[in-house]
Amino acid sequence: MKVILSILWKEFLQLRRDPRLFPVIFISPILQLILLGYAANLDVKNIPSVICDLDRSTASRGFLGDFVNSGYFSVEARVDRMEEIDRYLDHGDASMAFVIPRGFGDSLAGGKEASVMLIADGSESQSASIGVNYATLIAANYTQKIIFESFKRAGGLGLKPVLVKPELRVWYNPELKSRNFMVPGVLGLILMIMTTTLASLGIVREKESGTMEQLIVTPIRPYQLIIGKLLPFVLIGLVDTTFVISVARGWFGIPVRGSIALLFALCLAFMLNTLGIGLFVSTISRTQQQAMLTSLFFIMPQIVLSGFVFPIENMPKFFQYLTTVIPIRYFFVIIRGIMLKGAGWPELWNQAAALMGLGTVILTLSVARFHKKLD
Amino acid sequence: MRTLPIAFVRPVMRKEFRQIRRDSRSLIFMIFLPAFLLIMFGFALNFDVKHIPLAVVDQDGSRTSRDLIEKFRTTEYFDIRSVLDRTGEVDGLMARDKIRAALIIPERFSEDLLAERSPSVQFLIDGANAMSGTTAAGYAASILLSYSQRVTLEAMARRRPGGPMLPLKTEVRVWYNPELRSAKFLVPGLMAFILMVTLTTSTAFSIVREKERGTMEQIYVSPLRPTALIIGKMIPYILISLASAHIVLALGWVLFGVAVKGSYFLLLLTIVLFLISGLGQGILISSITRTQQVAFLICVLTTILPTFILSGFVFPVRNMPRVIQAITYLIPAKYFLVALRAIILKGVGFAAFWDQILFLAGFAIVILLLSVASIRRSTEGGRRRGRAR
Repeated sequence: MKVILSILWKEFLQLRRDPRLFPVIFISPILQLILLGYAANLDVKNIPSVICDLDRSTASRGFLGDFVNSGYFSVEARVDRMEEIDRYLDHGDASMAFVIPRGFGDSLAGGKEASVMLIADGSESQSASIGVNYATLIAANYTQKIIFESFKRAGGLGLKPVLVKPELRVWYNPELKSRNFMVPGVLGLILMIMTTTLASLGIVREKESGTMEQLIVTPIRPYQLIIGKLLPFVLIGLVDTTFVISVARGWFGIPVRGSIALLFALCLAFMLNTLGIGLFVSTISRTQQQAMLTSLFFIMPQIVLSGFVFPIENMPKFFQYLTTVIPIRYFFVIIRGIMLKGAGWPELWNQAAALMGLGTVILTLSVARFHKKLD
Repeated sequence: MRTLPIAFVRPVMRKEFRQIRRDSRSLIFMIFLPAFLLIMFGFALNFDVKHIPLAVVDQDGSRTSRDLIEKFRTTEYFDIRSVLDRTGEVDGLMARDKIRAALIIPERFSEDLLAERSPSVQFLIDGANAMSGTTAAGYAASILLSYSQRVTLEAMARRRPGGPMLPLKTEVRVWYNPELRSAKFLVPGLMAFILMVTLTTSTAFSIVREKERGTMEQIYVSPLRPTALIIGKMIPYILISLASAHIVLALGWVLFGVAVKGSYFLLLLTIVLFLISGLGQGILISSITRTQQVAFLICVLTTILPTFILSGFVFPVRNMPRVIQAITYLIPAKYFLVALRAIILKGVGFAAFWDQILFLAGFAIVILLLSVASIRRSTEGGRRRGRAR
């Protein structure tokens, strides 16, 4: 025990050598969280649009009015010729355009089919598809209005138009704020980045500077060495978790509906994984440069394939299977479950089991490799 | 005789090249990691919100209600995972993340519909993921609306054959990326994201390693000027990353069909400016830190998340609050991404994005000047310390 404590102390002294470390470890997560909490906004509103009304009738103005008043589109420009639309989309000044052809109003009045054209800038396919969805919905609602009116004109024919109304209920995040989804994710990413990089480089540095050899000839046992080396990072991770959760709650008002104790316990389980990966990277790297690039090789896919932004169920099957060995994937479900859904052990035990199982395997393998290197 | 500072660039460059060659694994990583990540992400990722897992509670159990369920089953937007009898089961499924939405058709649904009393159905969504939640709500509303219109028109047609048709047709055209393929949209974004992270990390250790090993002291006492040091250190990395950027571009073309529509010369100019910005950011980080551990941490923290989130890759910049929009001007990947989309996808000319190139060039110059200043400060500090001894 005393041995572990002294290694721990030595590690802390070493961490203090770069005066920038502590600000980076403790302040940057908060900064990142605040920045990203405001920036992570997928709510597509005020899509800049160009209107090209070739009909200029009461009907076309009424139709376009529905778009403008919906709040999803903001009119950047009104043009008279279709060719003028190009410039706005090419320069990125607008991402959608609505074209009402000549004769729109007459066709509608004459009970014939009228058509409108929506043009979307597909180079930002995400906002384009959301914009197209909104626009088609607004157009469909307009259609509904016309059908109702023609019913009225026909004297009803003794029937009433029906409308199946969706009664929408949104659970867990009633205002559908993207922030509530992203901020818990940021905690997972910060924990992973901090612990994996610090651990891998910290251990390789000893090798690089030759002090590892000195540690080996001392009577320190390998397990004491590993615990002493990794424990500071666990503590850093826990402090960061506390900071991040306080800011998420205090600043952004994101609820923690479930048990905080469970959250911290599972953070520890998650750190088994991230530190295990860090340790593993250190066993296969000779220099810190190698360790850095190798960590990147492990970190980047985890960030992108974890369901942080891109839903796993949309990935091809092969990648869906691949994500089962990505620890942070389980952590995301857990942390979002605990914070937003108030989920507890009954709902999360299988995720927690996967996280702990994976962590145990990764850590055991890395420790075994580390031992072999020492001998 | 005083040697011109520029004459020192070559020896620094040669030394740096030799050092890179010695560590072949790092070199391979620098060249091929971006390509590997692009292949992986390009195939895996998809922005489309489709196949939303859905549960259906059919309390009506009539032919009409099954007909409506069929409407949900036949779209690619929803995957019906389970058909339940009781509403109570929805809770558990949603909390365990098994479903993202639930459609509840109440009793007497078909009765109401036949009697032309507009019935309502409940649609529950898991709002935790706001994006897929919003999209799911939109899809459901569209499906229900078109279902109602069909029912209404059918009823009309029964009473008076040859009655009105669906009066309005919406024709949707998508420019630049007609099939709205996410790959086309994603690939430029992924290029910017991946390159930014790998660029910054490749030079992250260039200065700090010398400090940690003590060789920086030797540089302090040599007549080497900071400008020459930085240029000499940077050139090898510019060449390496130019190679890796081209591999990435070629892969984008071969695997994902993202061909360069615009001018290659403009593309090259943009890429070089972006490389200098990214590598320069790494050098700046390297010159303000004292240990490689901290340099790497700062690199990762200032590139991965900020580029991912603030560059417009995932989240549209125009939706961000003003203050955050101002901060995005510090993200070189943002300029690169706009220019890349303009050149690669839209094939438009210089006039459409010259401002982005200007910003990128400005960023590159400022970051290099800052690194030079930072090294000059520590050099002077080092020389002073040297004299004191």
